[in-house]
Amino acid sequence: MALWQERSQSILGTQSASCGCRALKKRSGTGWGAQGTDNTGFRRPQLDCCVKNGCRAKTESVETKKQPSNGGVYTATSEWTLDYPPFFAWFEYILSHVAKYFDQEMLNVRNLNYSSSRTLLFQRFSVIFMDVLFVYAVHECCKCIDGKKVGKELTEKPKFILSVLLLWNFGLLIVDHIHFQYNGFLFGLMLLSIARLFQKRHMEGAFFFAVLLHFKHIYLYVAPAYGVYLLRSYCFTANKPDGSIRWNSFSFVRVISLGLVVFLVSALSLGPFLALNQLPQVFSRLFPFKRGLCHAYWAPNFWALYNALDKVLSVIGLKLKFLDPNNIPKASMTSGLVQQFQHTVLPSVTPLTTLICTLIAILPSIFCLWFKPQGPRGFLRCLTLCALSSFMFGWHVHEKAILLAILPMSLLSVQKAGDASIFLILTTTGHYSLFPLLFTAPELPIKILLMLLFTIYSISSLKTLFRKEKPLFNWMETFYLLGLGPLEVCCEFVFPFTSWKVKYPFLPLLLTSVYCAVGITYAWFKLYVSVLIDPPVGKTKKQ
Amino acid sequence: MEKWYLMTIVVLIGLTVRWTVSLNSYSGAGKPPMFGDYEAQRHWQEITFNLPVKQWYFNSSDNNLQYWGLDYPPLTAYHSLLCAYVAKFINPDWIALHTSRGYESQAHKLFMRTTVLIADLLIYIPAVVLYCCSLKDISTKKKIANALCILLYPGLILIDYGHFQNIYNSVSLGFALWGVLGVSCDWDLLGSLAFCLAINYKQMELYHSLPFFCFLLGKCFKKGLKGKGFVLLVKLACTVVASFVLCWLPFFTEREQTLQVLRRLFPVDRGLFEDKVANIWCSFNVFLKIRDILPRHIQLIMSFCFTFLSLLPACIKLTLQPSSKGFRLTLVSCALSFFLFSFQVHEKSILLVSLPVCLVLSEIPFMSTWFLLVSTFSLLPLLLKDELLMPSVVTTMAFFIACVTSFSIFEKTSEEELQLKSFSISVRKYLPCFTFLSRMIQYLFLISVITMVLLTLMTVTLDPPQKLPDLFSVLVCFVSCLNFLFFLVYFNIIIMWDSKSGRNQKKIS
Repeated sequence: MALWQERSQSILGTQSASCGCRALKKRSGTGWGAQGTDNTGFRRPQLDCCVKNGCRAKTESVETKKQPSNGGVYTATSEWTLDYPPFFAWFEYILSHVAKYFDQEMLNVRNLNYSSSRTLLFQRFSVIFMDVLFVYAVHECCKCIDGKKVGKELTEKPKFILSVLLLWNFGLLIVDHIHFQYNGFLFGLMLLSIARLFQKRHMEGAFFFAVLLHFKHIYLYVAPAYGVYLLRSYCFTANKPDGSIRWNSFSFVRVISLGLVVFLVSALSLGPFLALNQLPQVFSRLFPFKRGLCHAYWAPNFWALYNALDKVLSVIGLKLKFLDPNNIPKASMTSGLVQQFQHTVLPSVTPLTTLICTLIAILPSIFCLWFKPQGPRGFLRCLTLCALSSFMFGWHVHEKAILLAILPMSLLSVQKAGDASIFLILTTTGHYSLFPLLFTAPELPIKILLMLLFTIYSISSLKTLFRKEKPLFNWMETFYLLGLGPLEVCCEFVFPFTSWKVKYPFLPLLLTSVYCAVGITYAWFKLYVSVLIDPPVGKTKKQ
Repeated sequence: MEKWYLMTIVVLIGLTVRWTVSLNSYSGAGKPPMFGDYEAQRHWQEITFNLPVKQWYFNSSDNNLQYWGLDYPPLTAYHSLLCAYVAKFINPDWIALHTSRGYESQAHKLFMRTTVLIADLLIYIPAVVLYCCSLKDISTKKKIANALCILLYPGLILIDYGHFQNIYNSVSLGFALWGVLGVSCDWDLLGSLAFCLAINYKQMELYHSLPFFCFLLGKCFKKGLKGKGFVLLVKLACTVVASFVLCWLPFFTEREQTLQVLRRLFPVDRGLFEDKVANIWCSFNVFLKIRDILPRHIQLIMSFCFTFLSLLPACIKLTLQPSSKGFRLTLVSCALSFFLFSFQVHEKSILLVSLPVCLVLSEIPFMSTWFLLVSTFSLLPLLLKDELLMPSVVTTMAFFIACVTSFSIFEKTSEEELQLKSFSISVRKYLPCFTFLSRMIQYLFLISVITMVLLTLMTVTLDPPQKLPDLFSVLVCFVSCLNFLFFLVYFNIIIMWDSKSGRNQKKIS
């Protein structure tokens, strides 16, 4: 059976890689460039971001090689400079050494908007190559799933389903292989560290996570879960019979070794910059608070709902003459062109507010992890909740960040019916909210087909897995998920032919983000409730 | 069917692969003055939309037959007309008479690709799905796996969605498949109607016509020519005549019209072969320039004789013992002999052989997979010309992996599974030491795959010597031709020994 598993995984891996290949060919086919034909006001920044932040920014990063390491994160040659932690810069440095065999021109620091088919080929292949790590991590994760419900057929085994859910993940596929980013191997590191924690190899888990943090600091979102879990379940070696903490079982050796691991990794990463006295510069690049609350395309979170409510209120206010039209900032009506969204009726939101909201949202799950530890599974739920809460309330959240919750949640979904239903709502809406990333006409069929593939597979396979339990969705959830279909038809097929296209160009994106925000908020809420009312581990054992 | 969702996923995978391939370049992109097959298809839309039916096939000031004149049967022309109406609705510039020549744009490419996808979705894919569901004696899983492999067959995808052939293969092959489906499910009238449509869409479908004819005739014989069989025969004849008349109605008004269309369909003056084709004549050309030595009418007679002789045994067999399986195998061997020996063959006509091979995929997985790989390889020079290397490599690998996992082909190489049991038994009567057949075939497979991979690598990386600029494409054709000859022999052996084993089994049971 293990052999089968391995085999199916390797095949799936190849296929996902070949899918990437296809995405790659596709790029060269369509002549990808900033020729956005339909960049309406609402879309424009998104488009620029997508084009430049995509391939160009990485080309830029590959240029790190040309600059001496003391200038790595320091220059201001272009607007798409490195804003990732040092490990990523080193990674790009290594890439650049390979890149010179493909195309010398690519590495020229002055070549800002450079693109050629060979560069493209190189960039795409580097992503596919790095995905090897992701495939390995998925393999490790599959080992951690308890195989109690072993069905007769391979396709009905939880391990198989999990490997497909992770490897064919629609979001990861389009973000990495079509939109272009190196998320695959980063998520690989994260899954690997989760797998190590499941296997009780805590030190390795902590090490991988520390490395990951120095690759991309967005993973700070889930750091609280890691910190508390390691402290509670690794540093305290024993529990009282009722599951509460036994204070005298604290192990200093473990704490110190954990600290040492994290410290060494950080020293390796930040040390050179500390020596050169450039740390402030690095941090100012990493945490830019100058950007607005939301992206041009609102990520489907709490703030999208907040903004939408504000808009509705202001429209009502204007209709009923409560508001003076002269006092309303113009930008808020055309929307999108300006990054700073100004609220008209509701109070404006500051970074500090979002920070406090995020912390408040995370806290209960952390408490839960501390006071009723449920082993690695509890940790995984807490991690998902952390990611999701930060997504809900964070400052300037990008819609891609939803993957941070979706991927760990996949692990939970194949083990329990309740989690599976939350997972399905979360992934379907979360993935749908990624649609605006790909907006050209040739990409339209691809995104719809891939989305259908993944959604149909995930829903039907989890349904077969949990067919003995109660149905996964109630009528309301079914209705909501089915609503995504008409929404897509309206936004992409009907809307461009209506007269509103000129007057309200932002309407499809607004509808998409608000509709998805409802689903994601619902999933977040449901997951929170299930975590909080779940009986602690002691009781489950008695049952 | 309880596994409907798996079938949906299979279809979606097929569609995704098709669309991703379609984002690549097409034949003749940005290559004036003649462009390529893509331009031919667009030009036909222009001609059929702007000119009256009577002028479609005639040379005139508005219709220069030298520039991609219409040379396919009426159904293709009607399809072009239909597409032209849609094109007119979207952007009239696309089909404006004269001025639109060589029109290229991203939007137009998208439109053309979509027409292929829609035709495929309406005709070919449903036929494949239904065919796989109608298969007997295999599990649901196997049916789905079979559908996946057929839908992933790279040759058809690359020619229709990458190269963009001026004729939509998925339509003609789809109709032919509906025909096979109908005939093997005993809906003979529907089957023959579908097959007539296929012929009227693309005259190359005549490659398949003999097996259809023989199979249906054999069925009539079986029912007794004096009773039910005769009724069936009359019904079939009526269906065929009626469907032909319907398709050709506008061209039957004048004798000259009909003759002109026929002249366009069968261009005898174009020579024994064009470009590089993996058939006998082109490969033989390496040693002896037949085209220059023999006069044309002798070439014609020669190719006719060879074709006829090579397909005769299988057809006679089918007429005498009509069976569904024999029918599919005869389709393979007939199409293959046409491809190898007949006059004026295109390299893309190999798709006409691949379709019936796809149909026997579940019965002889090892040989079918091998054949399908070779057929894709034989298209290599064409695909390289269109810059489709990357999609070809990726789709071929995906197809191979799909076949290997769903049929575990490497474990199915015993004589029994290669359907060679009865053949080797009868050979062993004379040659008792003839026991190495299955091992020999395995070695042959290995050699063939290694040569294909090596040749591909060489074609891609090395520059041909100055004196022989076509060295690699000729080599590709030659190697594929050798493979095809082997397959012709193999399939004929299977057909000839097939019913014997059936009888033997019956005797045993």
